[in-house]
Amino acid sequence: MESTVTYEGDLNLKATELRLGLPGTDESEREKPMVPVAVRNNKRPLTGSTDESKSASCASDARDGDRETRPAAKEQVVGWPPIRSYRKNSFQPKKTEADPAGIYVKVSMDGAPYLRKIDLKLYKGYSELLKALEDMFKFTIGEYSEREGYNGSEYAPTYEDKDGDWMLVGDVPWDMFISSCKRMRIMKGSEARGLGSCA
Amino acid sequence: MRAEKIEMSEDEDRTVDLDGVTTSGGGGVAHGASSNKTLSCPLPCPDQVLENVLENVLVFLTSRRDRNSVSLVCKSWYRAEAITRSELFIGNCYAVSPCRAIERFRRVRSLVLKGKPRFADFSLVPPNWGAHFFPWVSAMASAYPWLEKVYLKRMLVTDDDLNLLASSFPGFKELVLVCCDGFGTSGLAAVASKCRQLRVLDLIDDDVMDDEVDWISCFPETGTCLESLSFDCVEWLVNFEALERLVARSPSLRSLKLNRHVSLGQLHRLMVRAPQLTHLGTGSFGLLDHPEQEVQEANLFQAFATCKSLTCLSGFRDFVQDYLPTIHPVCARLTSLNLSYANINAEQLKSVIYHCHKLQTFWALDSVCDEGLQAVAATCKELRELRVFPMDAREDGEALVSEVGLSAISEGCRKLRSILYFCQQMTNAAVVAMSNNCPDLVVFRLCIMGRHLPDHVTGEPMDEGFGAIVMNCKKLTRLAVSGLLTDKAFGYIGKYGKLVRTLSVAFAGNSDMGLKYVLEGCSKLQKLEIRDSPFGDSALVSGLHHYYKMRFLWMSSCKLSVQGCKEVAQRMPHLVVEVIRDGEETNEDAVEKLYMYPSLEGPRLDAPAFVTIL
Repeated sequence: MESTVTYEGDLNLKATELRLGLPGTDESEREKPMVPVAVRNNKRPLTGSTDESKSASCASDARDGDRETRPAAKEQVVGWPPIRSYRKNSFQPKKTEADPAGIYVKVSMDGAPYLRKIDLKLYKGYSELLKALEDMFKFTIGEYSEREGYNGSEYAPTYEDKDGDWMLVGDVPWDMFISSCKRMRIMKGSEARGLGSCA
Repeated sequence: MRAEKIEMSEDEDRTVDLDGVTTSGGGGVAHGASSNKTLSCPLPCPDQVLENVLENVLVFLTSRRDRNSVSLVCKSWYRAEAITRSELFIGNCYAVSPCRAIERFRRVRSLVLKGKPRFADFSLVPPNWGAHFFPWVSAMASAYPWLEKVYLKRMLVTDDDLNLLASSFPGFKELVLVCCDGFGTSGLAAVASKCRQLRVLDLIDDDVMDDEVDWISCFPETGTCLESLSFDCVEWLVNFEALERLVARSPSLRSLKLNRHVSLGQLHRLMVRAPQLTHLGTGSFGLLDHPEQEVQEANLFQAFATCKSLTCLSGFRDFVQDYLPTIHPVCARLTSLNLSYANINAEQLKSVIYHCHKLQTFWALDSVCDEGLQAVAATCKELRELRVFPMDAREDGEALVSEVGLSAISEGCRKLRSILYFCQQMTNAAVVAMSNNCPDLVVFRLCIMGRHLPDHVTGEPMDEGFGAIVMNCKKLTRLAVSGLLTDKAFGYIGKYGKLVRTLSVAFAGNSDMGLKYVLEGCSKLQKLEIRDSPFGDSALVSGLHHYYKMRFLWMSSCKLSVQGCKEVAQRMPHLVVEVIRDGEETNEDAVEKLYMYPSLEGPRLDAPAFVTIL
């Protein structure tokens, strides 16, 4: 599971983010997966009785119960129905056409033999992106600060923007980043430290 | 083809004729390797001649259950069996360590290894839970230099692992990866270039990362031994020209499954080069972005007509209606047809299915509707396996198939052995009818997508339907239940489901009694996965007599507490009891996700922070 909360605080992105919303309005938290109705539902007193009439009334309770709870049950539960994600994702044919190729950028890491291509559209912000990079390349990114870049690790994530300049990931608001990022490179050592924010 | 069998009828463990590090009970613990039991010989120890004779006989024994029995006869037989076992089946990668397995079985040529619990497929297991291939491949690199085949399911495999595999086994022949992740096209490139004897490379439902490596170009230039190449799950473009040249220099190729980036025109070019194919995954079966490369329907029809050995067809990821008739020449020969990625309606299906008299395996989307299933029932009298998946995988989706389709199938396809059926509504009557009409059923998996839905005609729970299945289908080994179910249903399962090995339960039951009935009654139960059902600690404890015979138990969103799970862990020292935390729990005492399994090794050392082993 994500540890997004920690990251958001450290990156302090909200201060630099350009938004059209009124000051003081906050983005809504991503909805948590729906708590399954079954476990907390008080409406199902079925006791599995063998008595005919009782089970009939239980059944009608079930029916009424269903009608009443159906609207709530429309919220999707994690992993239900049990379809493999590969199959579920294959069924958005229109999505892939309207959304040509997402925003794919190459990511290389100093010292790693392989580079990866990732789709920036899969991530909602820097915290998710950085977590994904950590998992993919098996390293840790330090803590970000505007002044000093990434502290606490010898790696720093950088990207090349439309103008050909190499920038530190996190310097600009997320939306600006995904529209201008051409490729990424996870730098190591002193080169990374030299690339602090100049803003 | 073995790989095909494993994909299409994955439910049937018994079709995988491979061996296990198990006792004859089929559980995950190999008592023989470390137990204090003395295996006594009734006669004086046989001499070397007799052992040699025994070894020569045992090489022919392939069934792992038989082999497990053989190994229990006496020490001499145990040794002979161990040295002659060439196929090693590990149903749970944490049940035994690589070292221990290698210590006992010295001459293994083929490995089957399964990792994550099945509910990981439905996002119920957090990423990085485990099931690393690395310890296995690194141990085998030195122990089994003659290794030829590896089959992995739900394992975490990295590019480095694949590179190590490719570099360590000069005679390596077959790699099959099912529902694996952690690797990318770089890893595939290593396998393609270094495994010069490679015959099979099958990627099935894996999550393959894109490293922009042209792995298709990495196969040996002078010609390959390839018999099977499946990459329909790879979401990235492959170099088509290289693929065409590869097919041209692979005269043994029998099975080819393309991904959705291969167009009709490209498919045609490949088919022309490989008329000997028996299994074909057609890729998109559409035009994609280059209509100028469009193939004439007549030419594609001719290509299908030339494939005289084709018996198994799949793909159709973005199919174009007009081209569907081109497959008619092969329909009469088809034994397996997978349209489960094709949004095909009843009329379109009928035009094809009426020719498919020999069909034994059929996978489709519910877009074919009850009417399409009626057509299948009318024609496919040899049908053994049916899977109907939902186009719209939501609880309140449109009801495209229902009890009508199920009834039709049960009337028409009496030889049915395996069914997986997703629907929005069902009746007990249809399920009861199937139990009577299809007595050969081995696998019955019904998924009524709305949770707790009763019989939509009578309003009754679905107890009687599932009860009839376990009562009448005497060969049943795998069962998945759904809909509104009371403890009564579980009473039936416990009483009649004596051969059931795999049981999946979701949103069902009223009380602990439900689970108790199952644990006390189903003596052959090996794999039990339960979610969102009101079963608690007292039910959990009622299964202690049986857990060592099982491969695993999964329970999520039930009513378990840490106390209850701890008690089980204390009383069962060879059981690994994992509590998996999502970070969402508010109640510290409640166990949201429990995964437990017998193991010879004790708590695993690679457990991530969100897993607590009690």
